[in-house]
Amino acid sequence: MVAASTVPPVQIDPGVARARSAMAMSVFAVVGDRIGGIILRDTSAGAQEWLAALRVRLPVATRMIRLPASATDDRIFGGLDLAATIATGSPVAERGVLADAHGGIVVLPLIERMPVATQARLGAVIDTGVAQVLRDGVNAVFDARIAVVAIDESDEEVWGVAAPLRDRLALVLDGDVRVDESLLPPAVVIEAARARVAAVHADDAVMQGIGALAAAFGITSERAARSALWTARALAALDARDEVTEADVALAAQLVLVPRATRMPADTAAPPSDAEPPPPPPPPADSATGEPPPRESPNDGQLEDRLIDAVTAALPPDLLASLLARAQRPSQEMGRAGAEKESWIRGRQIAARRGKPDGVRRLHVLETLRTAAPWQRARARDEVGQPSRSLIVERDDFRIRRYVERAGTSIIFVVDASGSAAAQRLNEAKGAVEALLAESYARRDRVSLIAFRGTTAEVLLPPTRALARARKLLASLPGGGGTPLAAAIDAAVSAGISARRGGTLPVMVFLTDGRANVARDGRGGRAESMRDVLDAAAKFRACSLSCVLIDTSARPEPMAQRVADALGARYVPLPVLDARAIAGAVTLARETA
Amino acid sequence: VRVAFPFSAIVGQEQMKLALLIATVDPSVGGVLVLGDRGTGKSTVVRALPALLPPMKAVEGCRYGCDPAANGARCDECRARALHIARGKLPIIDKPVPVIDLPLGATEDRVVGALDIEKALRNGEKAFEPGLLARAHRGFLYVDEVNLLEDHLVDLLLDVAQTGENVVERDGVSIRHPARFVLVGSGNPEEGDLRPQLLDRFGLSVEVRSSDDVAMRVEVIRRRDAYDRDATTFLATWEAADSAVRAKILAARKRLPSVQVPDAVLHRAVQLCVDLGTDGVRGELTLLRAARAAAALDGAKTVTDAQVQLVAPMALRHRLRRNVLDDGGSGTRVARAISAVYGTT
Repeated sequence: MVAASTVPPVQIDPGVARARSAMAMSVFAVVGDRIGGIILRDTSAGAQEWLAALRVRLPVATRMIRLPASATDDRIFGGLDLAATIATGSPVAERGVLADAHGGIVVLPLIERMPVATQARLGAVIDTGVAQVLRDGVNAVFDARIAVVAIDESDEEVWGVAAPLRDRLALVLDGDVRVDESLLPPAVVIEAARARVAAVHADDAVMQGIGALAAAFGITSERAARSALWTARALAALDARDEVTEADVALAAQLVLVPRATRMPADTAAPPSDAEPPPPPPPPADSATGEPPPRESPNDGQLEDRLIDAVTAALPPDLLASLLARAQRPSQEMGRAGAEKESWIRGRQIAARRGKPDGVRRLHVLETLRTAAPWQRARARDEVGQPSRSLIVERDDFRIRRYVERAGTSIIFVVDASGSAAAQRLNEAKGAVEALLAESYARRDRVSLIAFRGTTAEVLLPPTRALARARKLLASLPGGGGTPLAAAIDAAVSAGISARRGGTLPVMVFLTDGRANVARDGRGGRAESMRDVLDAAAKFRACSLSCVLIDTSARPEPMAQRVADALGARYVPLPVLDARAIAGAVTLARETA
Repeated sequence: VRVAFPFSAIVGQEQMKLALLIATVDPSVGGVLVLGDRGTGKSTVVRALPALLPPMKAVEGCRYGCDPAANGARCDECRARALHIARGKLPIIDKPVPVIDLPLGATEDRVVGALDIEKALRNGEKAFEPGLLARAHRGFLYVDEVNLLEDHLVDLLLDVAQTGENVVERDGVSIRHPARFVLVGSGNPEEGDLRPQLLDRFGLSVEVRSSDDVAMRVEVIRRRDAYDRDATTFLATWEAADSAVRAKILAARKRLPSVQVPDAVLHRAVQLCVDLGTDGVRGELTLLRAARAAAALDGAKTVTDAQVQLVAPMALRHRLRRNVLDDGGSGTRVARAISAVYGTT
């Protein structure tokens, strides 16, 4: 049956998870507004319990506002107050939810449903502390210093929080986020920590430790390092201390840095001194911070190693593996890149635009009225002496509806036509193509087929929707010869990119056992071929094409699994090939693309 | 509003800083596209510009910040005013160089300008209310996440940036005014393709990475924290360094018109563009302008190969024809071509 190659869900000891969740909540309550906020990755009701527990530990006056993912831009950031505008006859700005929440907390449920551009704007608000409105005749800036709780219910394998927002929300909790309430400090302690936190001292060793941890886990964002420092300060403040300790840093790293890891720390036993590190650029004065310059004590390296060891040891090894898998997987917005296109007719509605309605473009009545509203008094005055009209709409007011629609899918089969099994594989692939085409008549899908054998890969069936044409072309497919898998992957990249350019969403389907034996230059040899395959696969992966690899060997073949991993593909062993099963796997891939 | 992080205190990001300095010395190089990882301080560099840049002379009371020296490129209002003043000399003031943020979600009327509703209602007067483009005149217009900006707005910005003039025909007003600005766009190419048409209409493009060097990263954290905790003291510490950069910009602007490009240097620069197969002459022109500005910043009277090599990646990398199967990024291809032409490694 269909088995995905994903990393199995990580089992963290529930006690540990709840303690961590409690710690994150305490930190959020103390410095939430300084570090952007928190991401709760939980598909159960745990997030609601988390919020309820948080609520009772915040001052009663703290506002906590829920913002549904479907909220419109003017409600979120502010916009034109239609009623007041009509009443007064001049444009009146209206505050949005973010301005209403100023100094408080904004909860974003189902963040994965919120458009990426909206998430990016939220990120800008977190950065600047203001919501800037520049729309519909309104120029306004509202104070909006907020702490965000984003609830991400997307699949384990991908991020639902778009990268621009993700980078600005420091804390991340994964899996079961429910808290152990007995570990939560009472509200007075939190209040005291809030008062104390800005004065908590962090010495140079702390900065070095955080810098080393960020580098070790491959985190490029400077924002993450800064947030980790504030998290460490909050932990110290919660403990009624005025000095950040090594333990604070290690805990802060678990909450802020580890969830963003893009690599495993290199073995800390290995000497990092392959070259003497270049000195930091000299500050103009003695030191920018007014603190003594970092001492070159031989212990520094040890401290960093200790921290990295401590943080790594505190993690179940599986967790890191699954985080790394997620880091390397295209996030949702990448997967969707090019998958949506603008339309006048159907799809998800987006902001209206000025324009003239015609046979295709339709008038957006409400937006048109909104545009015309401020002018009513002036226009009425201009029309003195003419028969009075209750509403004066001019051509410049016209707004037309716009939508984005999900683009059709291009299913691209890349079929191994080499060796003995070629005939059967090809036959079943043909069957699957036909099945999919028949089924896709109702949809706007296209299907194409690339076959590889001997020394080259060639496009046998260019993207088509025409069943009859496909049948004819597929009727006489040759088989046999070597397995030039690298060449096939190269061809797949080109086909995928051009499908994407054409405005469709490519879904790649490889049918192979993964045992390449012909290199790119056409010569044989397993080692060289495999090297070329992995090189080609890396490029394929960089294009973030959604992909499934169907292993056609009699029993699951490790080589095929390895190629699938390199491609970033879903691995599906299908020892008994039949067209229906292939079509099923492809349908699955398409649904999740 | 809090004070911005000082330009000189930004650790690393040398390419981005150089690109912006080049654009302030010679705005005709065109916009600057900044690509790279998130949280690497792209916005910080841009937001540091207003405090860094020397103030500019502008016509007092002009809504577009017209340049008193540029007689031909004044707005209609300044032209009309000049007719009533002796020898056409309008009063002049010092004004900070504008660095305007264009938020995602801004609508077209706020960007290009529109009929002033208040005035229309109060006095029945058809007056134009300038938009962001007018405010950005002679300065910078910054779009963070430029790949998320709606296509029609991007097209509009690029069009105005190229012609230097904003033409408005809407709501019954017909207005044109100068709008010369350096468009600075930032984005992360891994999260949605940038349209190729968009790419090569930026003059310079830089890639921002965060350093793998721990010492440098620690310095970033240290300075950022010092700023977070006491911005005033931090600013005072760095004021001298910022002044030095300011003086360098002023000197470079003065020197720029007299900077020479020797024939041999020009020849090799063109050879580089030919080898890389950049389309059209835009690449060569930008490369030379950027090299001249870099020379002026170095205090040199003539452009050398070294300056051409320094700016070649930012001037050319986004003009290469895309080849997904080529090894490495376009930066590597430029580096390869440089070592072929200049024989360096």
